Amino acid sequence: MTQLPGLLDTEAIRKDFPILDRVLHDGKKLVYLDNAATSQTPRQVIDVLDEYYEQHNANVHRGVHVLAEEATALYEGARDKVAAFINAPSRDEVIFTKNASESLNLVANMLGWADEPYRVDHDTEIVITEMEHHSNIVPWQLLSQRTGAKLKWFGLTDDGRLDLSNIDEVITEKTKIVSFVLVSNILGTHNPVEAIVRRAQEVGALVLIDASQAAPHMPLDVQALQADFVAFTGHKMCGPTGIGVLWGRQELLEDLPPFLGGGEMIETVSMHSSTYAPAPHKFEAGTPPIAQAVGLGAAIDYLSSIGMDKILAHEHALTEYAVQKLTQVPDLRIIGPSTAEDRGAAISFTLGDIHPHDVGQVLDEQGIAVRVGHHCARPVCLRYGIPATTRASFYLYSTPAEVDALVEGLEHVRNFFG
Amino acid sequence: MYQDVILDHYKNPHGRGLRDGDAEVHHVNPTCGDEITLRVKYDGTTISDVSYEGQGCSISQASASVLNELLVGKELADAQKIQETFLELMQSKGKLEPDDAMEEVLEDAVAFAGVSKYPARVKCALLSWMAWKDATAQALGGADAERKTA
Repeated sequence: MTQLPGLLDTEAIRKDFPILDRVLHDGKKLVYLDNAATSQTPRQVIDVLDEYYEQHNANVHRGVHVLAEEATALYEGARDKVAAFINAPSRDEVIFTKNASESLNLVANMLGWADEPYRVDHDTEIVITEMEHHSNIVPWQLLSQRTGAKLKWFGLTDDGRLDLSNIDEVITEKTKIVSFVLVSNILGTHNPVEAIVRRAQEVGALVLIDASQAAPHMPLDVQALQADFVAFTGHKMCGPTGIGVLWGRQELLEDLPPFLGGGEMIETVSMHSSTYAPAPHKFEAGTPPIAQAVGLGAAIDYLSSIGMDKILAHEHALTEYAVQKLTQVPDLRIIGPSTAEDRGAAISFTLGDIHPHDVGQVLDEQGIAVRVGHHCARPVCLRYGIPATTRASFYLYSTPAEVDALVEGLEHVRNFFG
Repeated sequence: MYQDVILDHYKNPHGRGLRDGDAEVHHVNPTCGDEITLRVKYDGTTISDVSYEGQGCSISQASASVLNELLVGKELADAQKIQETFLELMQSKGKLEPDDAMEEVLEDAVAFAGVSKYPARVKCALLSWMAWKDATAQALGGADAERKTA
């Protein structure tokens, strides 16, 4: 078995993930390389979800009975865990949403309805990048169409990095918000935060960072990032689906208006008007995803027990190995940085003229799960003149043997369609 | 899934390329990025040509090739029957074993029976057929409209 420096004890870790034992298609062992789409769930999280529903289930913040108090304590306890995980200065800066898309949409809507100085209107500009997930493009297109604000973006270099050469022209005095991805879901690129944040601060623009592909894979410190908002989702970091996070600086959350109205987010309501609860509740209308938040808390406990720095080192070693092995496959072209430097563990590629759907299907027949398509980042495919890519993405339980299985699988694909 | 017939059509597509037509449509499969631009040409109610250009997986491209082979030269009513039979087969979730009657209608297209087991790929197989249906409605609908205004 291939040994690489920095690897985790995957033999032990994999025992925590029952699904990784699945055998598919008459005896093919599952090789799960679609972690950028969603991660698998460890027994520790599944048990907490079971226990929540078996022992504690109730609505939060409104009952006086035992279950309501337990459910509330568990839900708010999960908020504490998230705050600690991202080094938030205050637990009240952690808003639970249903996913990262909702977190990003929430910021777009806060700014659309905000008063000065935050208000996005026809005289202002919004800045994103060409490597964003659709969830960090479409909300800004909507806001731009509704307000008349101008939508601008950073382009990409040929090797899959942000082109910041014109940063002073892209981010200007008119810019109200700069929203960009920390680690690209399609290219794997780890973007340079500091340069962008510095320029945004110079012109007084807010910064929103989409950390969906970062939070699961590396230590995340919202204070060190110096952003104003950070969004991520639970299901990519060993948690359940249906739970996302928006972190925002406290004074902004106090100043900015709510988006969804309803129960939970109010202070008092009359038929004429209402006043709102303080953040984070101001932004959590209605019954929240309670079990899912508790599950995310358990996922954070699980990841923290292993150590985010160790997970980062593991994935870096594996990515280095995978890049080196993949570049030896004839006709394979990596779309994105071609080394493991400043990149995450999602690797997109094309294989000659073979369509990624066909690559993915033939790999699936061998038990290998990858993602194919445009990965909700179609502008990236357009930029590089390709219809789609095949993407392999790794996580803390991925092994060098799985990289080898992928490479062998790709040889089989080439023979099949060759 | 990948029957030899499908791979043959993928590697050697029939009637590929855009030619003169009465109507043109552009259909995409947003989940994967398969695209097709398709034109139909009618001589009365006879299909005189179906021409197309597109990009996508072997299933979507082979399906367009089979469509061209099956439908060109057919009467509209016969073509519609083929299209409906193909749709029925593709929506069968792998549970329909094509019988002789179905094979007679579908010819090479019967090779796609295995695709119906894969929900993510059914759209690929149907892309050109839906485009043809749409283009036909536009071509003949448009002709009707012209006749009415004439």
